Amino acid sequence: MKKKPNLSKAAPWLSAIGLFVLWELIVRIFNIPPYVLPTPSESIIVGWQFHEAIWMHAVHTLYTTLAGFAIAVVFGVILGALVGSSRAIYDAANPLLVGFNSVPKVALVPVLVMWFGIGTVPAIITAFLISFFPIVVNVATGLATLEPELRDVLRSLGATRTDILVKVGFPRAMPYFFASLKVAITLAFVGSVISETVASNVGVGYLMLSASSKFNMPLVFAGLLVIAVMGIAMYEIFNVIERRSTKWANRGNQTT
Amino acid sequence: MHSGAVFRPGFLLTTSDFTKKNDQDQAGGLTAVSKSFVELNNVRLRYSEGDDLALETTNMKIGKGEFIAVVGPSGCGKSSLLKLVSGLMPPSEGTVIVDNKEVAGPLKIVGMAFQNPTLLPWRTTLDNVLLPMEIVKPHRNRLRKNRAEYEERARKLLASVGLEGHEDKYPWELSGGMQQRASLCRSLIHEPDLLMLDEPFGALDAFTREELWDILQNLWMVRPFTVILVTHDLREAAYLADTIYVMSKRPGKILVERENPLPRPRDQEATFTQPFTDLVHELRSHIRDVRES
Repeated sequence: MKKKPNLSKAAPWLSAIGLFVLWELIVRIFNIPPYVLPTPSESIIVGWQFHEAIWMHAVHTLYTTLAGFAIAVVFGVILGALVGSSRAIYDAANPLLVGFNSVPKVALVPVLVMWFGIGTVPAIITAFLISFFPIVVNVATGLATLEPELRDVLRSLGATRTDILVKVGFPRAMPYFFASLKVAITLAFVGSVISETVASNVGVGYLMLSASSKFNMPLVFAGLLVIAVMGIAMYEIFNVIERRSTKWANRGNQTT
Repeated sequence: MHSGAVFRPGFLLTTSDFTKKNDQDQAGGLTAVSKSFVELNNVRLRYSEGDDLALETTNMKIGKGEFIAVVGPSGCGKSSLLKLVSGLMPPSEGTVIVDNKEVAGPLKIVGMAFQNPTLLPWRTTLDNVLLPMEIVKPHRNRLRKNRAEYEERARKLLASVGLEGHEDKYPWELSGGMQQRASLCRSLIHEPDLLMLDEPFGALDAFTREELWDILQNLWMVRPFTVILVTHDLREAAYLADTIYVMSKRPGKILVERENPLPRPRDQEATFTQPFTDLVHELRSHIRDVRES
């Protein structure tokens, strides 16, 4: 009985190590040249050699990602609340939102560069544009799926629109909201790195682009690993916040 | 991911006040000094313009403190009747009068409980019961300062339905019957004059259900409030109600209004007596006629 929690704690590390070992073995056995696919050990070693540069670029990427993500949260919650609480706004906004979300954000980067120049601002905006949609949809769904009986109970007590939103709508939408944050933060990384790759002189995306133009594939992969690690770290942070703040919604898988 | 089907149109309609007491109606009423608390005058209901009638011309008079039950086949508009009286739905024709005022918007003195307990999962039982206090005036302005007093009141009410010691549990830690008791407490905490029950015990097992009949009867005998109980359990109607209304299938229409002769308080033993069985039997035959017609 006691061994099980330990195993499930170790499982993510075991699977990550397993993947790296497999990757290392495949590259070595098939003798794949490093400019096609470097080994993970080589990537990590090169990553360490360049750790000062990587650190600087990673911090910048993290900054643009979080800035874009923060704007997406504020905007997404407001729009989601509007869309979720009114049928008319939903009807008006839905096609626009879906259409907008279908546009590949990488295609917007050149436009943003025309408007704001290269560098930080387009990266933040791209991160924002790519990550707000899941927040809007989830907040709106959480608000709109309120049980009609509960609404009747509250209305027959004289509850106002705001009462219903504050007492029931928002608390009820919380699990949906936090679930969307986990999706949104990983998307925000995609957005900022895309923008850095297309038009920037700073950030992990730029680092990888310049490394690949010098055929330094181990450094490209080191950059990829850094992005992945940052993504996992942010995802975990929001995962913990979610579990802490919406315990009631996750009661099915309590470990205690 | 986000289809229109999950939307509830009309969610968050604004509430509006009662209209002023209409003197003309009062003078024109046939029973000027009637004791009626709830009155339906030639009420008809269509869900939307051009639809078939959901509720055929209905007239009802419910006295203050009276316990009535409405029985009928499913889909006959029983639940719509509750929504009409509580002002959540306007009648297409006719008038609904509660406490001498024509109903023109959601009433603010109503307690409601449904088959689904609809407790808020992020609140403890106590906080769920106190929810109406955060909304109903004047309590909502007093709650923060007099929290202890209100908690005491909620604890007493919970104890009276046998939920002592469960105040700090969350809804998922309670059984279905316990959740329904908590829901009943939530509908009564603000001492409403009018209680609407829409098949509140429908999802419970037979023993729990009969236990809750007694609890409800006790609460009602301590402080008589007007109750409209919608049910398809004929024994439940016979056990609890003063007057039982039988409705036809859609379009719903009240076919029979039956006074319940059984003395109060009623107990489980009474359900095995001849008058009780006769009453249930009679109701059953009405329902059979309705279903076959």
